[in-house]
Amino acid sequence: MNSISTDICIIGAGPVGLFAVFEAGLLKLRCHVVDALPQVGGQLSEIYPKKPIYDIPGFPDILAGDLVNNLMRQIEPFHPTFTLGERVEGYRKLDDGSFVVTTIDGTEINCKAIAIAGGLGSFEPRKPAIEQLESFEQGKGVYYMVRDPETFRDQRLVIAGGGDSALDWTIFLANVAKEVTLVHRGTTFRGAADSAEKVKHLHEAGKVNLVLSSNVTHVHGNGQLHAVTITANDGTATELPVDSFIPLFGLTPKLGPIEDWGLELEDNAVKVNTLDYSTSEPGIFAIGDINTYPGKLKLILCGFHEAALMCQGAFKHIFPEKKYTLKYTTVNGVPTL
Amino acid sequence: MTEDVRVYVEEAPGQRTEVSGPTDMGLSLMELLKASGYDIQATCGGMALCGTCHIEVLAGPALDEPSDDELAMLESLPVMSQGSRLSCQIRLTERLDGLVLRLMPQNT
Ligand SMILES: Cc1cc2nc3c(=O)[nH]c(=O)nc-3n(C[C@H](O)[C@H](O)[C@H](O)COP(=O)(O)OP(=O)(O)OC[C@H]3O[C@@H](n4cnc5c(N)ncnc54)[C@H](O)[C@@H]3O)c2cc1C
Ligand code: FES
Repeated sequence: MNSISTDICIIGAGPVGLFAVFEAGLLKLRCHVVDALPQVGGQLSEIYPKKPIYDIPGFPDILAGDLVNNLMRQIEPFHPTFTLGERVEGYRKLDDGSFVVTTIDGTEINCKAIAIAGGLGSFEPRKPAIEQLESFEQGKGVYYMVRDPETFRDQRLVIAGGGDSALDWTIFLANVAKEVTLVHRGTTFRGAADSAEKVKHLHEAGKVNLVLSSNVTHVHGNGQLHAVTITANDGTATELPVDSFIPLFGLTPKLGPIEDWGLELEDNAVKVNTLDYSTSEPGIFAIGDINTYPGKLKLILCGFHEAALMCQGAFKHIFPEKKYTLKYTTVNGVPTL
Repeated sequence: MTEDVRVYVEEAPGQRTEVSGPTDMGLSLMELLKASGYDIQATCGGMALCGTCHIEVLAGPALDEPSDDELAMLESLPVMSQGSRLSCQIRLTERLDGLVLRLMPQNT
């Protein structure tokens, strides 16, 4: 079991969670960031990485993906640590007032304050409607994300999907796996043109099997996946022996476990006090798209502002005795941790 | 004054609810469905970027062909049928009158 100790545990590596690391760093508070996605950036990375944003102060326009990269550079001096690809499930409060945050994979983060920056919720994979699919999850042959490509070394793989991630992973895993079959319900790929081109070349070179106009319709095995059935649009079905099946149909946000934490909610969002963005539970704060208060605007800018005030509140919660005086970064520069 | 356009949401086989909305406000079908209380996430606000407004057209008038962006999004979803569309990409016009649709489940 993985165990981490920090000052603030930030749930959500979207823009707001990332900027909270900076604001916490200025107060010399250490942060550990957890996200269900394997990469940082929240909605910006998952939904619109290539779209320009026009309302970030100081940037007349900036691509969402670039804003995320800049935020990562900005927080580098504070050496935040990350647990990516793991959804936060619950927390418990210890006698000394500190918390232990737990993830779905059993990682435990011991912290003095929790900042929920969960946005629209944790991004969960869209699953195809295949009977028994779920019984092969959790290491038994069905994977909805590629966290560690080495998992698939020398395996026989079937990847399903027609978007960018299906194409990208087909290309990457062609060099790792023993055999890769890409199954796509259409006949053309509308993902990035050069990725589609690369997959075509790999297919022509015999490195990737392409099965178009078809769907994976059944999974077979006994405790461990052994084979999948691929059904063509004309109804012909073929059974293919496989070690792993990776359906890649994108992700969709779900509010998830935080809904059941007993925090005061309103319209699926966490109610906060705008003084410091504290929730109904002392020591737990909520910032960004996941919170609500009179006049709330779901904008990155507003989330940044909330992060700054939240960190002041977290500082007071962690060090009730200490007095904090605001220092401008222009005066002292950016300290490091 | 323009007449409201009527569309029908099939909640279960044979069970249809009528919803209607104005055609002179530049609304999308997604906005009409959302305003009518249907549980559509529409995370990206109608930019064909999220796929959470996916519907299936079951019957009714012929619609314009989907754009490349819409098709790309639809093709990346786990379920796509003949009638699959992104409701945010369909404008509410008189031509839609009588359309029958069903909401597509989000996670299957
Ligand atoms: C298409 C589109 C265009 C937009 N354009 C703009 C714009 O121009 N300007 C602007 O200001 N805003 C814009 N927005 C809104 C902006 O993206 C959001 O306000 C912003 O992303 C909110 O940031 P966040 O950090 O609060 O949440 P998110 O970006 O949603 O990140 C939250 C993260 O938390 C993670 N998470 C949630 N629950 C858990 C859990 N239990 N365990 C682990 N991880 C969890 C999620 O996986 C996610 O990565 C746009 C949104 C969309 C969809
Ligand atoms: S609302 Fe996002 S695709 Fe329609």
